[in-house]
Amino acid sequence: MMGSKRPLSPHLQVYKPQLTSILSITHRASGIALSTGTFFVVGWLVALASGERYFDIAHYLASQWYGLIILTGYTWALSYHLCNGIRHLFWDAGYGFELTTVYRSGWATLVGSVFLTSAAWATGLLV
Amino acid sequence: MAEFRLPANSKMTIGKLYQASENASRVKSFKVYRYDPDDEENPRIDTFQIDLDECGPMILDALIKIKNEVDTTLTFRRSCREGICGSCAMNIDGTNTLACLKPIDEVNGDVKIYPLPHMEVIKDLVPDLSNAYAQLESIEPWLKTKDTPTKDTERVQSIDDRAKLDGMWECVLCFSCSTSCPSYWWNGDKYLGPAILLQAYRWIADSRDDYAKERLDSLEDPFKLYRCHTIMNCTKTCPKGLNPAKAIAEIKKMMVLRQ
Repeated sequence: MMGSKRPLSPHLQVYKPQLTSILSITHRASGIALSTGTFFVVGWLVALASGERYFDIAHYLASQWYGLIILTGYTWALSYHLCNGIRHLFWDAGYGFELTTVYRSGWATLVGSVFLTSAAWATGLLV
Repeated sequence: MAEFRLPANSKMTIGKLYQASENASRVKSFKVYRYDPDDEENPRIDTFQIDLDECGPMILDALIKIKNEVDTTLTFRRSCREGICGSCAMNIDGTNTLACLKPIDEVNGDVKIYPLPHMEVIKDLVPDLSNAYAQLESIEPWLKTKDTPTKDTERVQSIDDRAKLDGMWECVLCFSCSTSCPSYWWNGDKYLGPAILLQAYRWIADSRDDYAKERLDSLEDPFKLYRCHTIMNCTKTCPKGLNPAKAIAEIKKMMVLRQ
């Protein structure tokens, strides 16, 4: 029909969120978070190189509630990206494509990322 | 750049309610996507209340009942009603599947039915599959050989080589997998999608085919193959229990190994 424009069927709006897609978009999000976080790491190093006064400011900001949230988020993003990255390496080698394996490795990635985050913080706070 | 929202002409409105009769015993609501190309209206969601005691067990049975008894204009593709033709693929209860293979009992609460996602809608539950079919044609899904066949004999294949095609020949090209893939949503014009790549691998893996190299050459492209990010929605949704993601991984592996 001339001039008619067909509608686009709904996609994100109706598709059920599931472990497969959620972990995938989280991998991308954690990658972006890590890139952004790198600026903070650089900022911290610059403060360190700039002398005690600047390092004290950086340390103060990092120990505030917002600083701790960002640091915890960064640690988790790193842990998650690492665990899911290993999952991707197995896929690239052609392993782990059975749906039951995909779900098992997916949950393992989530549990592993929380464990690594907790371990990092426990080590940091206790030592 | 991916557009995550629906265009203005595609936003859905609340449509009509068709109530079940008063003496209906086991009522379930079916919320069905409707679009009529002959009016200027946006798509709408109609609600059909169906008495399950008067209806067959599958989602397709309910759709056919609606078309026969409630609204004859309801439009959808169907043919074999046993998962062989691949016609009745649609989005049911949030995931893509064949309406004929999906039991109504498996859906909790209202049954939401939409066309295959991120496709141009021709009418109601009928998406335009022209692009998908053109992509299928582009991978030349037929046996290609370099020698001329000898008269009156078959091309023989060992049992082991034949077994390599299991899990691929069963595909009925319903496109549930391709239209479950976010990568295909955002790049469906250039990325071939899981259904077509499974077919591509079906011929690459066929011992009787002499053109594996050329077939791989034509897939060596940033979009055709490599928009697959192993999201795994395809394998999760396949109504035939096939594994398109694994087939794509095998192609990617061959790309590396042949270098």
